[in-house]
Amino acid sequence: MLQLLAQQDPGELEAGLTAVGRGIVYGGAAIGPGIGIGIVVGNAITAMARQPEAAGMVRTTMFLGIAFTEALALFGFVLSFIISG
Amino acid sequence: MIFGLEFPPISHVVEWPTLFGDGAFAVNKVVLLMWISAAISFAVMFIGGRKRALVPTGTQNVAESAVDFIQDGIIMETMGPDGLKFTPFLLTLFTFILTCNIWGLIPGVQMPVNARIALPAFLAILVWAMYHVVGIKSQGPIKYFKSATIPPGVPKAILPLVFLIELLGILVTRPLSLAVRLFANLIAGHLLLVTFAVLCQALFDATKVGFVLPFALLVFLSAFEILVAFLQAYIFTILAAVYIGGAMHPEH
Repeated sequence: MLQLLAQQDPGELEAGLTAVGRGIVYGGAAIGPGIGIGIVVGNAITAMARQPEAAGMVRTTMFLGIAFTEALALFGFVLSFIISG
Repeated sequence: MIFGLEFPPISHVVEWPTLFGDGAFAVNKVVLLMWISAAISFAVMFIGGRKRALVPTGTQNVAESAVDFIQDGIIMETMGPDGLKFTPFLLTLFTFILTCNIWGLIPGVQMPVNARIALPAFLAILVWAMYHVVGIKSQGPIKYFKSATIPPGVPKAILPLVFLIELLGILVTRPLSLAVRLFANLIAGHLLLVTFAVLCQALFDATKVGFVLPFALLVFLSAFEILVAFLQAYIFTILAAVYIGGAMHPEH
């Protein structure tokens, strides 16, 4: 099937596969950090609800945790630009 | 082409023609905005600090709340009182990154300087050099290297692996993720705004009323981008503070 398509228009197939690859790279890279940020923020909210007087400290640490977790998704985002056909 | 819409390629959105100069010293819109940001962040602090009135007004108010925010919100939370001597460095970092980011929301300008990797990469290298110098100065080279790469309480069996990971972390991953985090957040926001603006225009041309929904989203996203501009400046500064603090006081 792919070869049949390639015979018809090789340039378009390559461009299409590149676009699919970009989508897969970013989508795959976003799965883990999505779960991770959910865990970080969820636990931070639990901590803030239990101990409102520690909310400031928890918030700072939460942003730090988000920043570290988010980095992987952003690597995927940048990589999806770098991929070219 | 998506659904019959012609989206501009990324190079049209973030690359600007050279205004003057050539080669490595060519100046375009992004470089000009960077210079203006540096001038603004300098001017706010200079004018704010010149009079030192007991009851602050105007510019002094802005400058004092920024200093307070850096000292109480960032340094005391991450480094402790020892870190207060880094207030000028972190304050400059924060105000400069914030003014650079906020250009993405100013109508008529609409280009965040940090949406090009050059400036985030330079700032990350600066922070990288800073925490190594601070670590070496406060602990001595060998002790700093040991405390940075060998965390306490690790079983002997996995020590080589942990050593390699930590070494890669302090040399490569930290500056890389600092730079990429700032850059990717800003360029993602910029592309999002461009996409919705293009959609609005196309729907306006086609139907005259259909643009209302994407326009409402565009307004909402602009507000969100203000938050992102602030948050990324904050995160860059707080991570710089954490890295410098970690180099100053080793974990026990």
